[in-house]
Amino acid sequence: MLYKIATPIIAIIIFLGLWELLVWANGWPNFKMASPSDLPPAFWKYKELFLTMGWQTLWRTVVGLILAVIVGTAIGMIIGFSRIARDALYPLLIGFNAIPKATLVPVISLLFIGQHDFNTVLMAFMISFFPIAVSVGIGLSTLEPEYRDILRALGASRYTIFVKIALPKTLPEFFGALKVSATLAFIGTNLVEIVSPHGRGLGALFKSGETNGDYPLMFAVLIALAFLGIVLYYAVIFLERIFAGWADREAS
Amino acid sequence: MAALFLSRRKTIENLIEIKGVKHAYQTASGPLEVLDGLDVTVPEGTFAAVVGPSGCGKSTLTRLVAGLMTPDQGEVWLHGERIKGPRNTVGMAFQNPVLLEWRTILDNVILPLEIVAPRMPRKDRVARAMELLEMVGLVGFEDKRPSELSGGMRQRASLCRSLVHKPDVLIMDEPFGALDAFTREDLWQTMRDLRAAEPFTAVLITHDLRESVFLGDQVIVLSGRPARTQYVMDVDLPADRNLDVLFTPQAADMLHILRDQIKIAQGREVESH
Repeated sequence: MLYKIATPIIAIIIFLGLWELLVWANGWPNFKMASPSDLPPAFWKYKELFLTMGWQTLWRTVVGLILAVIVGTAIGMIIGFSRIARDALYPLLIGFNAIPKATLVPVISLLFIGQHDFNTVLMAFMISFFPIAVSVGIGLSTLEPEYRDILRALGASRYTIFVKIALPKTLPEFFGALKVSATLAFIGTNLVEIVSPHGRGLGALFKSGETNGDYPLMFAVLIALAFLGIVLYYAVIFLERIFAGWADREAS
Repeated sequence: MAALFLSRRKTIENLIEIKGVKHAYQTASGPLEVLDGLDVTVPEGTFAAVVGPSGCGKSTLTRLVAGLMTPDQGEVWLHGERIKGPRNTVGMAFQNPVLLEWRTILDNVILPLEIVAPRMPRKDRVARAMELLEMVGLVGFEDKRPSELSGGMRQRASLCRSLVHKPDVLIMDEPFGALDAFTREDLWQTMRDLRAAEPFTAVLITHDLRESVFLGDQVIVLSGRPARTQYVMDVDLPADRNLDVLFTPQAADMLHILRDQIKIAQGREVESH
C-alpha cells in the first residue's frame, strides 16, 4: 500500500526537480518558462479563483463525460447489434471524430449564443463519446456465438442475453475507453473555456494569465488541470474495480 | 456378471428422430450444401456418438437438435414433437467451455437455472449445482473464477452447467477436443459416471473414434459434405465400461470398421484386411 502511494509521488518529485533544474540551468526568465518554485505563490495568490474555476471546469467535464457515456453506449449498441447500422454509421463517426474540435467552437458559440455552460458541456461530450461508442460496438459485435447459444438454446430473450452476457462481457473494453474519454473531455472543456470570450473555468483563468503576462499563473493553471485529470482518471479506475474487477487477473 | 452385459436401452421410444434432413447455407459464392439425407434415431436414455470428416456438417446437426435453426427440408422430432425453436429441455456443451469470467464457477453452473427456473430459491439452485460439482470432482473450486482453473476442470464445470437444469437431451460439440489425451480419458470416465447418476439422452460430436466407442451406445458415421448418414454401428459393450474395454478384440474390431468408414467418407481407398 505504502509502495503504491510512494512510487508515483517520488516520480512526481523527480519530475519537478528536473523541471526546476532545466529552468535554472538555462537561466530562463519567468516569461519564457516558469519553474515549479514559482507555482505555490501563484496558487496561494489566486486560491479562491482556483477553487471556483476548478470546480466549474470539473463539473462541466463530468457532465459532458456522463453524456458521452450514455450516448456513446447507445451508439455502440446500435453499431454492435446491427450490421446495416455499422456500415452506415462508421464513416460518419470517423469523419466527425477527425474534425479538429477547435474549429467547432465558433460554430456552437454562434448556435447557442451566451449558453456558456451548455456549450462547454457539449464540447466535452463531442470530443469524448467516440472511443466509448467504438469500444462498446466492437465488444458487442465480436461476442462469440457460443456465448449467445448457451442461453439462446434455453429460449432466453435477446434482452436477457444482453443483460446476462453481452453487457458484462463488454465492461472491460468500456472502461478502457472511458479512461481515454475522461482525459479527452478535459481537453473539450478547456477548449471552449479558453477560446470563447468572457469564459469561465480554469481555461478562462489561463487566458487571463496570458492577458496580464502572469506566466506563473498560466503554468499553475496547467498543473491544476493535470491534477484534475489525474483525479478523474482514478475515479474511473475506482469504478472499474467495482464493476469489472474480475477482468484483472493479476491478483490470482 | 450377466447383468453387466445387458444393453443399457430400457425403452424403445425414440427421443430424437431426424428424418431426411437437407440444408444449405447461403454464402457469398452461392449456396453451400452441408446436409443431404441425414437420418438419425436416438432412443431415450442412450448415447449417440457422431463422427465424420472435418467440415461435414456435424455442428449443424447440433444446432438442429438444439432448435437454434430449422432445416431447409426434412424433419427433426424430439419426444414425438416437431422442433420449431429452442426449448429449455436441452443442455449444450462446446469445445470452448464458454464460462463467464465475471461469475464464480458456482454461479456459472447456476446460470441455466436463472433462465429455466427463475423462481427457484437460491438455496435450491446452489444445492443442485453443488450436487453436480461433487460428481465431477470440483468441490472446493466453486468460489474460483474460470481463469483460475485448468482446461480440464473448466470443461467439467461446463458439463455441470449443461446438466444443471436436468435436460432431456445433452448435446455436445467436441467437448473434449481441446484437452490433452490423459485429461480427455479422465473426462470420458466422468461422462460415464454422470450418465449413471442422471438420466439423459446424449448426442456427442467427436473426431475421436476411441471416444465414440467408449461413450456411445451407437456410433453414427456421416459422409463428406454434403453429409448423409453413411453408417450406423451399435456398440455392444458392457454399460459400465472402463478404459480397459478399449483394448479388447471386440473394441479393436469396431475401431477398425469405423476407421474404414471414415476413409470412405473422406473418399479415400480402403486397404483390404
